[in-house]
Amino acid sequence: MKGSVIKYENDNIDTDVILPGPYLKIHDYNELAKHAMEGLDKDFHSKVKEGDFIVAGRNFGCGSSREHAPIALAYSGVKAVIALSFARIFYRNAVDGAFLLPIEIDEDAYKDISDGDMLEIETAKNEIKNITKNQIYKMRPFPELIGKIIAAGGLFKYKPD
Amino acid sequence: MGMNITEKILARGSGKTRVSPDDVIFANVDKAMIHDVSGPGVIAVFEKLNKQGIKIERLWDPSKVWVAEDHFVPSADKISAQNIVMLSEFTKKFGIEKHFKYGMGQYGICHTLSHEEAMVLPGEVYVGGDSHTNTTGALGAFAAGFGHTDIAYVLLHGKIWFKVPETIYFKLNGKLPSHVMAKDYILKIIGDIGTDGSAYKTMQFAGSGVSEMSVEERLTLTNMTTEAGAKSGIIEPDKKIKEYLAARGATKYNEVHGDSDAQYSKVYEYEAAELEPIVAKPYSPENIQVARELSSIPLDKAYIGSCTGAKLEDLQAVAKILKGRKVKIRTEVLPAAISIFKKAMDKGLVKIFLDAGVVVGPPTCGACCGAHMGVLAKDEVCISTTNRNFPGRMGHVESQTYLASPLVVAASAVTGKITDPRDLK
Repeated sequence: MKGSVIKYENDNIDTDVILPGPYLKIHDYNELAKHAMEGLDKDFHSKVKEGDFIVAGRNFGCGSSREHAPIALAYSGVKAVIALSFARIFYRNAVDGAFLLPIEIDEDAYKDISDGDMLEIETAKNEIKNITKNQIYKMRPFPELIGKIIAAGGLFKYKPD
Repeated sequence: MGMNITEKILARGSGKTRVSPDDVIFANVDKAMIHDVSGPGVIAVFEKLNKQGIKIERLWDPSKVWVAEDHFVPSADKISAQNIVMLSEFTKKFGIEKHFKYGMGQYGICHTLSHEEAMVLPGEVYVGGDSHTNTTGALGAFAAGFGHTDIAYVLLHGKIWFKVPETIYFKLNGKLPSHVMAKDYILKIIGDIGTDGSAYKTMQFAGSGVSEMSVEERLTLTNMTTEAGAKSGIIEPDKKIKEYLAARGATKYNEVHGDSDAQYSKVYEYEAAELEPIVAKPYSPENIQVARELSSIPLDKAYIGSCTGAKLEDLQAVAKILKGRKVKIRTEVLPAAISIFKKAMDKGLVKIFLDAGVVVGPPTCGACCGAHMGVLAKDEVCISTTNRNFPGRMGHVESQTYLASPLVVAASAVTGKITDPRDLK
Protein backbone atom coordinates (compact mmCIF):
# COMPACT_ATOMS: atom_id res chain seq x y z
CA MET A 1 0.00 0.00 0.00
CA LYS A 2 1.58 3.25 -1.20
CA GLY A 3 0.65 6.77 -0.28
CA SER A 4 1.99 10.20 0.47
CA VAL A 5 2.27 11.71 3.91
CA ILE A 6 0.34 14.50 5.54
CA LYS A 7 2.28 15.07 8.74
CA TYR A 8 1.11 16.78 11.91
CA GLU A 9 3.80 17.12 14.51
CA ASN A 10 1.27 17.07 17.33
CA ASP A 11 0.62 14.72 20.22
CA ASN A 12 -2.94 14.16 21.48
CA ILE A 13 -4.74 14.97 18.23
CA ASP A 14 -8.22 14.55 19.65
CA THR A 15 -11.54 13.58 18.13
CA ASP A 16 -12.89 17.10 18.67
CA VAL A 17 -10.46 18.41 16.04
CA ILE A 18 -10.58 15.30 13.81
CA LEU A 19 -14.35 15.67 13.50
CA PRO A 20 -15.93 18.44 15.58
CA GLY A 21 -18.98 17.74 17.77
CA PRO A 22 -21.60 19.68 15.80
CA TYR A 23 -21.25 17.16 12.92
CA LEU A 24 -22.00 14.12 15.08
CA LYS A 25 -25.63 14.26 14.00
CA ILE A 26 -24.53 13.55 10.39
CA HIS A 27 -24.39 9.95 9.19
CA ASP A 28 -23.69 10.67 5.51
CA TYR A 29 -20.06 9.57 5.38
CA ASN A 30 -19.11 11.70 2.38
CA GLU A 31 -20.55 14.75 4.10
CA LEU A 32 -18.50 13.96 7.25
CA ALA A 33 -15.36 13.78 5.09
CA LYS A 34 -15.78 17.46 4.19
CA HIS A 35 -15.22 18.35 7.85
CA ALA A 36 -12.30 16.02 8.62
CA MET A 37 -9.49 17.63 10.63
CA GLU A 38 -11.42 20.91 10.57
CA GLY A 39 -10.39 21.82 14.10
CA LEU A 40 -6.68 21.50 13.34
CA ASP A 41 -6.16 22.14 9.64
CA LYS A 42 -8.72 24.11 7.63
CA ASP A 43 -6.97 23.12 4.37
CA PHE A 44 -7.09 19.38 5.01
CA HIS A 45 -10.14 18.75 2.87
CA SER A 46 -8.64 20.53 -0.14
CA LYS A 47 -5.20 18.92 0.11
CA VAL A 48 -5.96 15.29 1.05
CA LYS A 49 -5.84 12.75 -1.79
CA GLU A 50 -7.08 9.18 -2.13
CA GLY A 51 -4.50 6.85 -0.60
CA ASP A 52 -2.79 9.40 1.68
CA PHE A 53 -1.36 8.56 5.08
CA ILE A 54 -1.53 10.81 8.13
CA VAL A 55 1.57 10.80 10.32
CA ALA A 56 1.24 12.14 13.86
CA GLY A 57 2.61 11.91 17.41
CA ARG A 58 1.40 10.31 20.61
CA ASN A 59 -2.17 9.38 21.61
CA PHE A 60 -3.79 10.01 18.24
CA GLY A 61 -7.60 10.04 18.40
CA CYS A 62 -7.97 10.67 22.11
CA GLY A 63 -11.29 11.94 23.44
CA SER A 64 -14.67 10.75 22.34
CA SER A 65 -15.86 7.35 21.10
CA ARG A 66 -17.23 8.91 17.90
CA GLU A 67 -16.64 6.53 15.04
CA HIS A 68 -17.22 9.59 12.89
CA ALA A 69 -13.51 10.38 13.40
CA PRO A 70 -11.99 7.40 11.52
CA ILE A 71 -14.96 7.50 9.10
CA ALA A 72 -14.31 11.15 8.17
CA LEU A 73 -10.63 10.37 7.56
CA ALA A 74 -11.35 7.19 5.59
CA TYR A 75 -13.94 8.87 3.37
CA SER A 76 -11.42 11.66 2.76
CA GLY A 77 -9.20 9.00 1.21
CA VAL A 78 -6.86 8.34 4.16
CA LYS A 79 -5.81 4.68 4.20
CA ALA A 80 -3.64 4.66 7.30
CA VAL A 81 -2.75 6.78 10.29
CA ILE A 82 0.86 6.23 11.33
CA ALA A 83 1.48 7.48 14.85
CA LEU A 84 3.63 7.02 17.95
CA SER A 85 0.54 5.71 19.77
CA PHE A 86 -3.26 5.69 19.60
CA ALA A 87 -6.12 6.24 21.98
CA ARG A 88 -7.94 2.96 22.45
CA ILE A 89 -11.40 3.70 21.06
CA PHE A 90 -10.08 5.36 17.90
CA TYR A 91 -7.84 2.32 17.38
CA ARG A 92 -10.69 -0.18 17.80
CA ASN A 93 -13.04 1.86 15.63
CA ALA A 94 -10.47 2.05 12.83
CA VAL A 95 -9.93 -1.73 12.92
CA ASP A 96 -13.37 -3.12 13.76
CA GLY A 97 -15.12 -0.91 11.20
CA ALA A 98 -12.32 -1.60 8.65
CA PHE A 99 -11.95 2.11 7.97
CA LEU A 100 -8.17 2.55 8.00
CA LEU A 101 -5.00 1.00 9.39
CA PRO A 102 -3.71 2.38 12.71
CA ILE A 103 0.04 1.82 12.57
CA GLU A 104 2.43 2.45 15.42
CA ILE A 105 6.02 3.47 14.78
CA ASP A 106 8.93 4.49 16.99
CA GLU A 107 10.33 7.94 17.66
CA ASP A 108 13.19 7.64 15.12
CA ALA A 109 10.86 6.75 12.27
CA TYR A 110 8.45 9.49 13.32
CA LYS A 111 11.21 12.10 13.23
CA ASP A 112 12.56 10.88 9.90
CA ILE A 113 9.27 10.98 7.98
CA SER A 114 8.51 14.38 6.42
CA ASP A 115 5.35 15.90 5.08
CA GLY A 116 4.93 14.87 1.45
CA ASP A 117 7.17 11.75 1.67
CA MET A 118 5.99 8.77 -0.36
CA LEU A 119 5.68 5.65 1.82
CA GLU A 120 4.92 2.02 1.18
CA ILE A 121 3.39 0.04 4.03
CA GLU A 122 4.10 -3.68 4.01
CA THR A 123 2.14 -5.12 6.91
CA ALA A 124 3.20 -8.68 6.08
CA LYS A 125 6.80 -7.68 6.82
CA ASN A 126 5.91 -5.15 9.52
CA GLU A 127 7.84 -2.59 7.52
CA ILE A 128 7.32 0.87 6.15
CA LYS A 129 9.46 1.88 3.20
CA ASN A 130 10.16 5.58 2.72
CA ILE A 131 10.49 5.72 -1.06
CA THR A 132 11.36 9.42 -1.05
CA LYS A 133 14.18 9.02 1.48
CA ASN A 134 15.14 5.43 0.64
CA GLN A 135 14.72 4.32 4.24
CA ILE A 136 13.04 1.33 5.87
CA TYR A 137 11.32 1.58 9.26
CA LYS A 138 9.90 -1.13 11.49
CA MET A 139 6.23 -0.82 12.38
CA ARG A 140 4.90 -2.33 15.57
CA PRO A 141 3.30 -5.66 14.60
CA PHE A 142 -0.46 -5.85 15.03
CA PRO A 143 -1.53 -7.96 18.01
CA GLU A 144 -2.79 -11.35 16.82
CA LEU A 145 -6.52 -10.67 17.04
CA ILE A 146 -6.17 -7.21 15.46
CA GLY A 147 -4.27 -8.74 12.55
CA LYS A 148 -7.02 -11.30 12.06
CA ILE A 149 -9.79 -8.70 12.14
CA ILE A 150 -7.92 -6.54 9.62
CA ALA A 151 -7.36 -9.56 7.36
CA ALA A 152 -11.07 -10.46 7.58
CA GLY A 153 -12.12 -6.94 6.63
CA GLY A 154 -13.61 -5.83 9.94
CA LEU A 155 -15.21 -7.27 13.05
CA PHE A 156 -18.44 -8.35 11.36
CA LYS A 157 -16.53 -10.44 8.84
CA TYR A 158 -14.21 -11.95 11.41
CA LYS A 159 -15.12 -15.44 12.60
CA PRO A 160 -13.83 -16.15 16.11
CA ASP A 161 -11.90 -19.43 16.37
CA MET B 1 -1.78 -14.73 42.86
CA GLY B 2 -5.26 -13.26 43.07
CA MET B 3 -7.29 -11.14 40.69
CA ASN B 4 -8.52 -7.59 41.06
CA ILE B 5 -12.18 -6.62 40.59
CA THR B 6 -11.82 -5.85 36.87
CA GLU B 7 -10.08 -9.15 36.14
CA LYS B 8 -12.72 -11.05 38.11
CA ILE B 9 -15.61 -9.42 36.25
CA LEU B 10 -13.96 -10.08 32.88
CA ALA B 11 -13.12 -13.68 33.87
CA ARG B 12 -16.76 -14.31 34.74
CA GLY B 13 -17.87 -12.55 31.54
CA SER B 14 -15.63 -14.72 29.39
CA GLY B 15 -16.36 -17.97 31.23
CA LYS B 16 -12.77 -18.40 32.40
CA THR B 17 -11.48 -19.15 35.87
CA ARG B 18 -8.86 -16.46 35.54
CA VAL B 19 -7.70 -13.75 33.17
CA SER B 20 -4.55 -11.65 33.26
CA PRO B 21 -3.62 -8.28 31.77
CA ASP B 22 -3.03 -8.43 28.00
CA ASP B 23 -5.18 -11.56 27.55
CA VAL B 24 -7.48 -11.01 24.58
CA ILE B 25 -10.93 -12.36 25.34
CA PHE B 26 -14.49 -12.27 24.07
CA ALA B 27 -16.69 -11.41 27.05
CA ASN B 28 -20.44 -11.62 27.38
CA VAL B 29 -22.08 -8.27 27.94
CA ASP B 30 -24.69 -7.70 30.65
CA LYS B 31 -25.90 -4.25 29.54
CA ALA B 32 -25.45 -2.12 26.45
CA MET B 33 -26.39 1.50 25.85
CA ILE B 34 -26.84 3.67 22.76
CA HIS B 35 -27.85 7.31 22.42
CA ASP B 36 -28.90 9.72 19.68
CA VAL B 37 -25.38 9.79 18.20
CA SER B 38 -24.25 6.18 18.52
CA GLY B 39 -27.80 4.84 17.91
CA PRO B 40 -28.10 6.21 14.36
CA GLY B 41 -24.53 4.93 13.87
CA VAL B 42 -25.67 1.42 14.82
CA ILE B 43 -28.67 1.78 12.51
CA ALA B 44 -26.30 2.70 9.65
CA VAL B 45 -24.23 -0.45 10.36
CA PHE B 46 -27.39 -2.59 10.29
CA GLU B 47 -28.45 -0.99 6.99
CA LYS B 48 -25.04 -1.77 5.51
CA LEU B 49 -25.34 -5.39 6.66
CA ASN B 50 -28.82 -5.56 5.15
CA LYS B 51 -27.40 -4.38 1.82
CA GLN B 52 -24.87 -7.21 2.06
CA GLY B 53 -27.74 -9.65 2.43
CA ILE B 54 -27.49 -10.09 6.20
CA LYS B 55 -31.01 -9.47 7.41
CA ILE B 56 -31.29 -8.43 11.04
CA GLU B 57 -34.61 -9.32 12.57
CA ARG B 58 -33.81 -9.54 16.25
CA LEU B 59 -31.27 -8.39 18.78
CA TRP B 60 -29.36 -10.65 21.12
CA ASP B 61 -31.46 -9.50 24.09
CA PRO B 62 -33.57 -6.32 23.91
CA SER B 63 -34.09 -6.39 27.69
CA LYS B 64 -30.37 -5.74 28.19
CA VAL B 65 -30.25 -2.77 25.84
CA TRP B 66 -31.24 0.72 26.86
CA VAL B 67 -31.42 3.99 25.01
CA ALA B 68 -30.87 7.63 25.92
CA GLU B 69 -31.60 10.83 24.04
CA ASP B 70 -29.02 13.36 25.16
CA HIS B 71 -26.61 14.90 22.66
CA PHE B 72 -28.81 16.92 20.30
CA VAL B 73 -31.96 17.22 22.42
CA PRO B 74 -34.32 18.98 22.61
CA SER B 75 -33.84 18.49 18.86
CA ALA B 76 -31.37 21.11 17.76
CA ASP B 77 -32.35 21.13 14.07
CA LYS B 78 -33.95 19.04 11.33
CA ILE B 79 -31.22 16.39 11.16
CA SER B 80 -31.20 15.88 14.94
CA ALA B 81 -35.00 15.64 14.95
CA GLN B 82 -34.78 12.96 12.27
CA ASN B 83 -32.23 11.02 14.32
CA ILE B 84 -34.62 11.02 17.27
CA VAL B 85 -37.43 9.69 15.05
CA MET B 86 -35.06 6.97 13.74
CA LEU B 87 -34.16 6.00 17.29
CA SER B 88 -37.84 5.59 18.22
CA GLU B 89 -38.48 3.45 15.16
CA PHE B 90 -35.45 1.33 16.03
CA THR B 91 -36.49 0.66 19.63
CA LYS B 92 -40.04 -0.12 18.53
CA LYS B 93 -38.89 -2.51 15.82
CA PHE B 94 -36.55 -4.45 18.10
CA GLY B 95 -38.67 -4.33 21.25
CA ILE B 96 -36.32 -2.24 23.41
CA GLU B 97 -38.45 -1.02 26.29
CA LYS B 98 -35.94 1.08 28.21
CA HIS B 99 -35.92 4.14 26.00
CA PHE B 100 -35.71 7.44 27.90
CA LYS B 101 -37.42 9.93 25.59
CA TYR B 102 -37.13 13.63 26.20
CA GLY B 103 -40.39 15.32 27.01
CA MET B 104 -41.85 12.05 28.25
CA GLY B 105 -40.90 11.92 31.91
CA GLN B 106 -37.47 10.86 33.02
CA TYR B 107 -34.70 11.47 30.52
CA GLY B 108 -31.19 12.86 30.67
CA ILE B 109 -27.55 12.30 29.88
CA CYS B 110 -26.91 8.58 29.40
CA HIS B 111 -24.18 8.30 32.04
CA THR B 112 -26.38 10.05 34.58
CA LEU B 113 -29.32 7.75 33.84
CA SER B 114 -27.01 4.75 34.22
CA HIS B 115 -26.81 5.46 37.95
CA GLU B 116 -29.96 7.52 38.59
CA GLU B 117 -32.09 4.73 37.14
CA ALA B 118 -29.83 1.87 38.28
CA MET B 119 -29.53 0.72 34.68
CA VAL B 120 -26.20 -0.90 35.48
CA LEU B 121 -25.42 -2.98 38.56
CA PRO B 122 -22.29 -4.04 40.46
CA GLY B 123 -20.37 -6.90 38.88
CA GLU B 124 -21.77 -6.37 35.38
CA VAL B 125 -19.96 -5.99 32.07
CA TYR B 126 -21.41 -2.77 30.67
CA VAL B 127 -20.63 -1.29 27.26
CA GLY B 128 -21.89 2.02 25.97
CA GLY B 129 -21.70 3.88 22.69
CA ASP B 130 -20.05 6.84 24.35
CA SER B 131 -16.56 7.47 25.72
CA HIS B 132 -17.70 8.51 29.19
CA THR B 133 -19.30 5.10 29.79
CA ASN B 134 -16.41 4.71 32.28
CA THR B 135 -18.52 6.79 34.69
CA THR B 136 -20.66 3.88 35.78
CA GLY B 137 -17.65 1.92 37.01
CA ALA B 138 -18.15 3.81 40.29
CA LEU B 139 -20.96 1.33 41.01
CA GLY B 140 -18.53 -1.59 40.84
CA ALA B 141 -19.23 -2.61 37.24
CA PHE B 142 -16.76 -2.99 34.38
CA ALA B 143 -17.86 -0.08 32.20
CA ALA B 144 -16.20 0.94 28.94
CA GLY B 145 -17.00 3.06 25.90
CA PHE B 146 -17.06 1.91 22.26
CA GLY B 147 -17.78 3.16 18.77
CA HIS B 148 -20.97 2.21 16.99
CA THR B 149 -19.60 -0.74 14.98
CA ASP B 150 -18.59 -2.48 18.22
CA ILE B 151 -21.93 -1.67 19.82
CA ALA B 152 -23.79 -2.97 16.74
CA TYR B 153 -21.79 -6.19 17.14
CA VAL B 154 -22.79 -6.40 20.81
CA LEU B 155 -26.46 -5.82 19.99
CA LEU B 156 -26.35 -8.80 17.63
CA HIS B 157 -24.00 -11.18 19.41
CA GLY B 158 -24.12 -10.16 23.09
CA LYS B 159 -20.36 -10.19 23.37
CA ILE B 160 -17.30 -8.21 22.32
CA TRP B 161 -13.53 -8.56 22.40
CA PHE B 162 -11.45 -6.97 25.12
CA LYS B 163 -7.80 -6.86 25.93
CA VAL B 164 -7.78 -7.39 29.68
CA PRO B 165 -6.41 -4.11 31.03
CA GLU B 166 -3.69 -3.53 33.57
CA THR B 167 -5.06 -1.75 36.61
CA ILE B 168 -3.55 1.38 38.11
CA TYR B 169 -4.51 1.69 41.76
CA PHE B 170 -5.18 5.12 43.23
CA LYS B 171 -5.22 5.10 47.01
CA LEU B 172 -6.96 8.25 48.17
CA ASN B 173 -6.45 9.05 51.83
CA GLY B 174 -8.60 11.25 54.02
CA LYS B 175 -11.67 13.38 53.66
CA LEU B 176 -11.70 16.29 51.21
CA PRO B 177 -11.67 19.81 52.66
CA SER B 178 -15.03 21.57 52.17
CA HIS B 179 -13.74 23.79 49.35
CA VAL B 180 -12.36 20.85 47.35
CA MET B 181 -14.43 18.41 45.30
CA ALA B 182 -13.88 15.12 43.47
CA LYS B 183 -13.47 17.18 40.29
CA ASP B 184 -10.35 18.80 41.75
CA TYR B 185 -9.07 15.35 42.66
CA ILE B 186 -9.44 13.89 39.19
CA LEU B 187 -8.04 17.00 37.50
CA LYS B 188 -5.00 16.75 39.79
CA ILE B 189 -4.58 13.07 38.89
CA ILE B 190 -4.92 13.74 35.14
CA GLY B 191 -2.40 16.56 35.49
CA ASP B 192 0.00 14.12 37.15
CA ILE B 193 -0.35 11.18 34.76
CA GLY B 194 -1.34 12.98 31.52
CA THR B 195 -4.09 12.43 28.97
CA ASP B 196 -2.58 9.10 27.96
CA GLY B 197 -1.33 8.25 31.44
CA SER B 198 -3.81 5.44 31.74
CA ALA B 199 -4.18 4.54 28.06
CA TYR B 200 -5.64 1.05 27.63
CA LYS B 201 -5.64 0.61 31.42
CA THR B 202 -8.16 0.65 34.23
CA MET B 203 -8.04 3.26 36.97
CA GLN B 204 -9.24 1.86 40.28
CA PHE B 205 -9.92 4.22 43.18
CA ALA B 206 -9.83 3.06 46.78
CA GLY B 207 -8.90 4.13 50.29
CA SER B 208 -10.52 6.11 53.06
CA GLY B 209 -10.94 9.09 50.73
CA VAL B 210 -13.22 7.04 48.52
CA SER B 211 -15.14 5.52 51.44
CA GLU B 212 -15.77 9.04 52.75
CA MET B 213 -16.93 10.23 49.34
CA SER B 214 -20.59 10.21 48.30
CA VAL B 215 -21.66 8.04 45.38
CA GLU B 216 -22.16 11.08 43.13
CA GLU B 217 -18.67 12.38 43.89
CA ARG B 218 -17.19 8.95 43.13
CA LEU B 219 -18.94 9.11 39.76
CA THR B 220 -17.01 12.30 38.99
CA LEU B 221 -13.73 10.42 39.55
CA THR B 222 -14.60 7.52 37.24
CA ASN B 223 -16.22 9.84 34.68
CA MET B 224 -12.98 11.62 33.89
CA THR B 225 -10.80 8.50 33.76
CA THR B 226 -11.67 8.83 30.07
CA GLU B 227 -9.60 12.02 29.97
CA ALA B 228 -6.56 10.03 31.16
CA GLY B 229 -7.11 7.62 28.26
CA ALA B 230 -8.40 4.84 30.50
CA LYS B 231 -10.39 1.89 29.22
CA SER B 232 -12.43 1.99 32.41
CA GLY B 233 -12.58 3.41 35.89
CA ILE B 234 -13.77 1.33 38.80
CA ILE B 235 -14.49 1.45 42.52
CA GLU B 236 -15.33 -1.60 44.62
CA PRO B 237 -18.94 -1.45 45.83
CA ASP B 238 -19.62 -0.76 49.52
CA LYS B 239 -22.53 0.06 51.82
CA LYS B 240 -23.09 3.46 50.20
CA ILE B 241 -23.48 1.87 46.78
CA LYS B 242 -25.87 -0.70 48.22
CA GLU B 243 -28.01 2.04 49.78
CA TYR B 244 -27.86 4.20 46.66
CA LEU B 245 -29.06 1.33 44.46
CA ALA B 246 -31.67 0.15 46.96
CA ALA B 247 -33.16 3.66 46.94
CA ARG B 248 -33.57 3.11 43.20
CA GLY B 249 -35.19 -0.29 43.55
CA ALA B 250 -32.15 -2.42 42.74
CA THR B 251 -31.28 -5.00 45.37
CA LYS B 252 -30.43 -8.13 43.39
CA TYR B 253 -26.95 -8.33 41.88
CA ASN B 254 -23.67 -10.12 42.35
CA GLU B 255 -21.07 -7.83 43.86
CA VAL B 256 -17.50 -8.55 42.87
CA HIS B 257 -14.48 -7.70 45.02
CA GLY B 258 -10.81 -8.06 44.29
CA ASP B 259 -8.65 -10.61 46.10
CA SER B 260 -6.38 -9.39 48.87
CA ASP B 261 -3.35 -10.47 46.84
CA ALA B 262 -4.59 -8.92 43.58
CA GLN B 263 -2.01 -7.34 41.28
CA TYR B 264 -1.86 -3.72 40.18
CA SER B 265 0.57 -2.39 37.59
CA LYS B 266 1.17 0.80 39.55
CA VAL B 267 0.03 2.40 42.79
CA TYR B 268 -0.41 6.12 43.42
CA GLU B 269 -1.23 7.61 46.78
CA TYR B 270 -2.89 10.97 47.44
CA GLU B 271 -3.68 12.92 50.60
CA ALA B 272 -6.97 14.84 50.46
CA ALA B 273 -5.74 17.46 52.90
CA GLU B 274 -3.04 18.56 50.43
CA LEU B 275 -5.50 19.29 47.62
CA GLU B 276 -6.56 22.73 46.47
CA PRO B 277 -9.15 23.89 43.94
CA ILE B 278 -7.66 23.10 40.51
CA VAL B 279 -8.43 24.36 37.03
CA ALA B 280 -7.52 22.73 33.69
CA LYS B 281 -6.59 25.46 31.23
CA PRO B 282 -7.16 25.37 27.46
CA TYR B 283 -6.59 23.17 25.54
CA SER B 284 -6.17 19.97 27.53
CA PRO B 285 -7.54 18.42 30.72
CA GLU B 286 -3.93 17.71 31.79
CA ASN B 287 -3.01 21.40 31.61
CA ILE B 288 -3.75 22.07 35.28
CA GLN B 289 -2.99 24.93 37.63
CA VAL B 290 -4.15 25.92 41.08
CA ALA B 291 -7.26 28.15 40.75
CA ARG B 292 -5.77 30.88 42.96
CA GLU B 293 -2.89 31.36 40.54
CA LEU B 294 -5.35 32.15 37.75
CA SER B 295 -7.41 34.80 39.51
CA SER B 296 -6.58 37.44 36.89
CA ILE B 297 -8.22 35.51 34.04
CA PRO B 298 -11.42 37.29 32.93
CA LEU B 299 -14.33 35.12 31.80
CA ASP B 300 -17.33 35.54 29.51
CA LYS B 301 -19.37 32.58 30.61
CA ALA B 302 -19.89 29.91 33.26
CA TYR B 303 -21.39 26.55 32.33
CA ILE B 304 -22.76 24.05 34.82
CA GLY B 305 -23.85 20.92 32.99
CA SER B 306 -22.88 17.45 31.67
CA CYS B 307 -22.48 13.96 33.08
CA THR B 308 -19.43 15.23 34.97
CA GLY B 309 -20.79 18.32 36.68
CA ALA B 310 -24.58 18.52 36.86
CA LYS B 311 -25.56 15.83 39.33
CA LEU B 312 -27.62 16.84 42.37
CA GLU B 313 -24.59 17.43 44.61
CA ASP B 314 -22.92 19.49 41.88
CA LEU B 315 -26.01 21.71 41.76
CA GLN B 316 -26.08 21.90 45.56
CA ALA B 317 -22.45 23.05 45.56
CA VAL B 318 -23.30 25.74 42.99
CA ALA B 319 -26.35 26.85 44.98
CA LYS B 320 -24.28 27.11 48.17
CA ILE B 321 -22.16 29.75 46.43
CA LEU B 322 -24.92 31.52 44.48
CA LYS B 323 -27.40 31.85 47.36
CA GLY B 324 -27.99 35.57 47.90
CA ARG B 325 -25.47 36.53 45.20
CA LYS B 326 -25.73 37.64 41.55
CA VAL B 327 -23.74 36.33 38.63
CA LYS B 328 -21.51 38.77 36.77
CA ILE B 329 -21.19 36.74 33.55
CA ARG B 330 -23.56 34.62 31.45
CA THR B 331 -24.21 31.50 33.50
CA GLU B 332 -26.11 28.39 32.49
CA VAL B 333 -27.24 25.48 34.65
CA LEU B 334 -28.46 22.33 32.91
CA PRO B 335 -29.27 19.51 35.35
CA ALA B 336 -28.06 16.18 33.95
CA ALA B 337 -31.42 14.40 34.23
CA ILE B 338 -35.07 15.28 34.83
CA SER B 339 -35.03 13.43 38.18
CA ILE B 340 -32.16 15.70 39.28
CA PHE B 341 -33.97 18.77 37.94
CA LYS B 342 -36.99 17.81 40.07
CA LYS B 343 -34.91 17.32 43.19
CA ALA B 344 -33.24 20.67 42.54
CA MET B 345 -36.71 22.23 42.36
CA ASP B 346 -37.85 20.52 45.56
CA LYS B 347 -34.77 21.67 47.44
CA GLY B 348 -35.19 25.27 46.29
CA LEU B 349 -32.01 25.26 44.20
CA VAL B 350 -33.70 26.38 40.99
CA LYS B 351 -35.05 29.49 42.72
CA ILE B 352 -31.55 30.29 43.99
CA PHE B 353 -30.20 29.98 40.44
CA LEU B 354 -32.92 32.15 38.91
CA ASP B 355 -32.57 34.77 41.66
CA ALA B 356 -28.84 34.90 40.92
CA GLY B 357 -29.57 35.62 37.27
CA VAL B 358 -28.70 32.19 35.89
CA VAL B 359 -30.57 30.61 32.99
CA VAL B 360 -31.73 27.05 33.79
CA GLY B 361 -32.11 24.66 30.87
CA PRO B 362 -33.17 21.08 30.15
CA PRO B 363 -30.83 18.09 30.40
CA THR B 364 -28.62 17.83 27.31
CA CYS B 365 -25.01 17.19 26.29
CA GLY B 366 -25.56 20.32 24.13
CA ALA B 367 -22.84 22.85 24.76
CA CYS B 368 -20.43 20.41 26.45
CA CYS B 369 -19.68 18.94 23.02
CA GLY B 370 -20.14 22.19 21.15
CA ALA B 371 -23.33 20.93 19.53
CA HIS B 372 -26.05 23.43 20.47
CA MET B 373 -27.69 25.41 23.25
CA GLY B 374 -24.98 27.62 24.68
CA VAL B 375 -21.96 27.10 22.39
CA LEU B 376 -19.04 29.54 22.52
CA ALA B 377 -18.16 32.28 20.03
CA LYS B 378 -14.65 33.08 18.75
CA ASP B 379 -12.42 34.27 21.62
CA GLU B 380 -15.11 33.65 24.25
CA VAL B 381 -13.72 32.30 27.51
CA CYS B 382 -15.78 29.85 29.53
CA ILE B 383 -15.34 28.15 32.89
CA SER B 384 -17.14 24.86 32.95
CA THR B 385 -18.00 21.86 35.12
CA THR B 386 -17.64 19.61 32.05
CA ASN B 387 -14.85 17.20 31.12
CA ARG B 388 -13.00 18.33 27.97
CA ASN B 389 -11.45 21.55 26.71
CA PHE B 390 -9.79 20.59 23.44
CA PRO B 391 -9.82 23.25 20.67
CA GLY B 392 -13.40 23.81 19.55
CA ARG B 393 -14.84 21.43 22.11
CA MET B 394 -17.53 23.84 23.30
CA GLY B 395 -17.90 25.93 20.17
CA HIS B 396 -15.57 28.05 18.03
CA VAL B 397 -12.10 26.58 17.59
CA GLU B 398 -10.66 29.81 19.02
CA SER B 399 -12.92 29.84 22.08
CA GLN B 400 -11.40 28.76 25.40
CA THR B 401 -12.68 26.48 28.13
CA TYR B 402 -11.33 26.18 31.66
CA LEU B 403 -12.46 23.02 33.46
CA ALA B 404 -13.19 23.27 37.18
CA SER B 405 -15.32 22.02 40.04
CA PRO B 406 -18.90 23.26 40.52
CA LEU B 407 -17.69 25.33 43.50
CA VAL B 408 -14.99 27.08 41.45
CA VAL B 409 -17.30 27.60 38.47
CA ALA B 410 -19.98 29.14 40.70
CA ALA B 411 -17.50 31.39 42.52
CA SER B 412 -16.09 32.48 39.16
CA ALA B 413 -19.60 33.23 37.87
CA VAL B 414 -20.02 35.66 40.78
CA THR B 415 -16.75 37.56 40.21
CA GLY B 416 -16.35 37.18 36.43
CA LYS B 417 -12.81 35.92 36.98
CA ILE B 418 -11.39 32.53 37.93
CA THR B 419 -12.04 32.35 41.65
CA ASP B 420 -11.17 29.97 44.47
CA PRO B 421 -14.38 29.62 46.53
CA ARG B 422 -12.41 30.53 49.68
CA ASP B 423 -11.68 33.98 48.24
CA LEU B 424 -15.29 34.93 47.66
CA LYS B 425 -16.39 37.85 49.81
